[in-house]
Amino acid sequence: MNDQPFFSALQKIYPKDRLLTQGVQLLAYESDALTSFQAKPTAVVIPETQEEAIETVRLCHQFGVPFVARGSGTSLSGGSLPIKDGIVIALNRLNHIKKLDPDQRIAVVEPGVVNLHISQAADRYNLYYAPDPSSQPVCTIGGNVAFNSGGAHCLKYGMTSNHILGLKVVLADGEVVEFGSESLEGVGVGPDLIGLFVGSEGLFGIALEITVRLLPKPELYRTVLAAYNDLETAGNAVAMVVASGLLPGAMEIMDRLAIKAAESGVDAGYPENAAALLIVELEGEAEQVETEFEEIMEVIKESGAYEVRVAKDAEQRLQIWKGRKGAFSSVGRLSPDYIVQDGVVPRSHLGKALAEIDRLSQEYGLDVANVFHAGDGNLHPLILFNGREPGALEHAEELAGKILKMCVDLGGSITGEHGVGMEKRRYMPAMFSEVDLETMKAIRRQIDPKEISNRGKMFPGGEAPALKMTGMHPLEAQGIISRE
Amino acid sequence: MQHRIDINKYGPRGQTMAEAIQSCVHCGFCLAACPTYKVLGEEMDSPRGRIYLMKEVLEEKLSIEEAQPYLDRCLGCIGCVPTCPSGVRYDELIVSYRAFSEPQRRRSLTDSMARRMIAETLPYPSRFRKAVASGKVGKLFKGAMPEKMGAMLGLIPTDLPVDKPLPPFYPAKGKRRAKVALLSGCVQTVLDPDINWATLRVLSENGVEIVIPQAQGCCGSIMMHIGEEERAKKLARQNLQAFRPNEVDAIITNAAGCGSGMKEYGLLFKGLPEESEAEQFAHKVQDITVFLDKLGFKPPAALPEPLTVAYQDACHLLHAQGIRNPPRNLLASIPNLTLLEVGDGGLCCGSAGTYNIEQPEIAHQLGQRKVQHILNTGAQAVVSGNIGCLTQIQTHLTERGISLPLFHTVKLLDWAYRQTN
Repeated sequence: MNDQPFFSALQKIYPKDRLLTQGVQLLAYESDALTSFQAKPTAVVIPETQEEAIETVRLCHQFGVPFVARGSGTSLSGGSLPIKDGIVIALNRLNHIKKLDPDQRIAVVEPGVVNLHISQAADRYNLYYAPDPSSQPVCTIGGNVAFNSGGAHCLKYGMTSNHILGLKVVLADGEVVEFGSESLEGVGVGPDLIGLFVGSEGLFGIALEITVRLLPKPELYRTVLAAYNDLETAGNAVAMVVASGLLPGAMEIMDRLAIKAAESGVDAGYPENAAALLIVELEGEAEQVETEFEEIMEVIKESGAYEVRVAKDAEQRLQIWKGRKGAFSSVGRLSPDYIVQDGVVPRSHLGKALAEIDRLSQEYGLDVANVFHAGDGNLHPLILFNGREPGALEHAEELAGKILKMCVDLGGSITGEHGVGMEKRRYMPAMFSEVDLETMKAIRRQIDPKEISNRGKMFPGGEAPALKMTGMHPLEAQGIISRE
Repeated sequence: MQHRIDINKYGPRGQTMAEAIQSCVHCGFCLAACPTYKVLGEEMDSPRGRIYLMKEVLEEKLSIEEAQPYLDRCLGCIGCVPTCPSGVRYDELIVSYRAFSEPQRRRSLTDSMARRMIAETLPYPSRFRKAVASGKVGKLFKGAMPEKMGAMLGLIPTDLPVDKPLPPFYPAKGKRRAKVALLSGCVQTVLDPDINWATLRVLSENGVEIVIPQAQGCCGSIMMHIGEEERAKKLARQNLQAFRPNEVDAIITNAAGCGSGMKEYGLLFKGLPEESEAEQFAHKVQDITVFLDKLGFKPPAALPEPLTVAYQDACHLLHAQGIRNPPRNLLASIPNLTLLEVGDGGLCCGSAGTYNIEQPEIAHQLGQRKVQHILNTGAQAVVSGNIGCLTQIQTHLTERGISLPLFHTVKLLDWAYRQTN
């Protein structure tokens, strides 16, 4: 393809320091937080205005050049992996909070705004933005929208999609559209286009302005840490809490290996020798929380925990969460490489799912650390392997595939919050029929006829045999991606 | 992260570098802690991006020259290290990488001259003093590199305080509680000799006897920081000989950068005959604030007037040495003194050793941010544990035409004693 006219056009939009084309610059962008995949883009552009971003998308459409929008590159599914022969649109400088209205309890933000910065800005009004992915100090809201990100506290408040009221989007063909409105009441008339866009993994275009809901900060938190002698009892404790009718803000479980990682990573100071830890957090109005707290302590007492701790102050609460939130990255201390999975099972099957993961782990001879959002059945098994051993990645991926298959068989899903991205494309047929997938693709082509927006993500390659993991990845065979 | 580095090619530090790279999982948690990422917002100027580039160079897929602009921009503030959940020792990686890449890179004549000037002058108090006094700093650079000259001259005062040589020994007041050796430092003794004198008085006030080995010299940290490994070793060897770690309870420093550098002596001599001696030395090094806090600091009497003070964390105390509470404890123990926290306090002020000379633009932006955060506190004075930070803050305050007293932590403690004694 002759890229020259396209690049000349880009050069008219961007000064040299915002149009990166040198090899060394592109190298730094070739992976997101899933380093098993690498693809070098032909350029990275850094727009500073929405107009520049819109103009760039229009050029991509005109010249048929694929693009991927990127924020902080924290995707664990390879969602922001660049596309070979395509460009990266880095949105980090579109990072303005354009409006923060404490009366309406909304904020209008650009996609490059970091998740936590919204809460920091809203803090003086005693408001916050609820969805809290573990990467919230770095991940951007644009990525949260694309992947409908969740987090520990989404059990009570719902995922990103529950907090987006309005969107201004540049669609893949360059058309600029607006969905939703600035008020909660405005949502619900006509088709739920926000619902369609949030979680579409960048296949339709780029969100340029996002209107988010802000919530009043909880008056009170009650954070309980319970230690168990085995994982299954901890899993059953979750079922007991759910059965009691209480809805905590968060319910999280970590197993022995995850605890070990968190301890070595952040000195969390968790109870020693625990086979599993359950974190339950109540939050909301003081009076209600205190009542619920008494009830939940009863349930936990009966659940077989051998040690129960209650955070006495904000510092102790943060300490409990520090270990949990840093757990994924801390696993880097136990193993040079790992795969994070994101399968979901119905909560009633949690115990069964964990036992099966344990069995598979033994069968494959690979350690699996479990750290997950127990409250909504969102598992995060981390499969540890040493990528320097030949065939180790393939072996680990095979185990990952078995775990995801199990999730689907139990009535769950292949992804709870990380998205399909690059990593789980091939498992889509386990969840969706050919007709389902064709329908999704038809909708996508309606909006992005040239399939330039985040091309290659979510849908399995046409020729890729479903759930078969031997030999090269189809995209590798095509030379689109490479991995080591 | 997987890598294909042939560690045998890189000497004793090959393993150190490979381990750091291997433990990085590219999660991006470091982005929020990196000053250059905050200013530039580009992946190459983030810790994880730099790790990636170093990996590519060490794998011989990328040339040293191509990667260099982005690695040169790293302040070495180490803000990323405590933030990293995966425990990547970026500090060891960048110092080792600079030691490996520095001898192999091609620098322009003016660049080499500036570095040589730094290497030949800064570590030697008498040369530094003479160079400043005779205006040589200016003459040497005139015309050759106006930008850097401007940056350098902007930081160096036109008139220097009078030199006050330290005695070889300073007695404890009252009952002796401990015996320490003091590193007198290099740049700091020229720019502000009172910091060392204040250190002697405060230690003495707390019943500490001090020896000041006369054969000591610059600790070599600045040279380590910029990849001049051989020069750093030469300076460190001088100190290994001058100090007797076994005969004292601690080797005290009052400069954040010196403390973190000397704690890395073990790494500097890794695989060399001095390794274990250097480890022992490193083990004894303590910042003055940590030592006093552990010993049990004797608080001064109440200040005659209330005073609000903003404490500015030096990166090489907070990040490189994990020292957060001790200086705060000491200051907070002074009755009538209110300690205020600086917003985004963990973010480097842009001083970072010789950084404000080598990367003046980014250093300038960071300095402005820092000063704004300090002014937001409304404090009556600023305190920090590092001469570099104090100089940088002073420069940016002056630039805005604001006059605010600045103290080294130990000078404020000394002042408090003298207010009330």
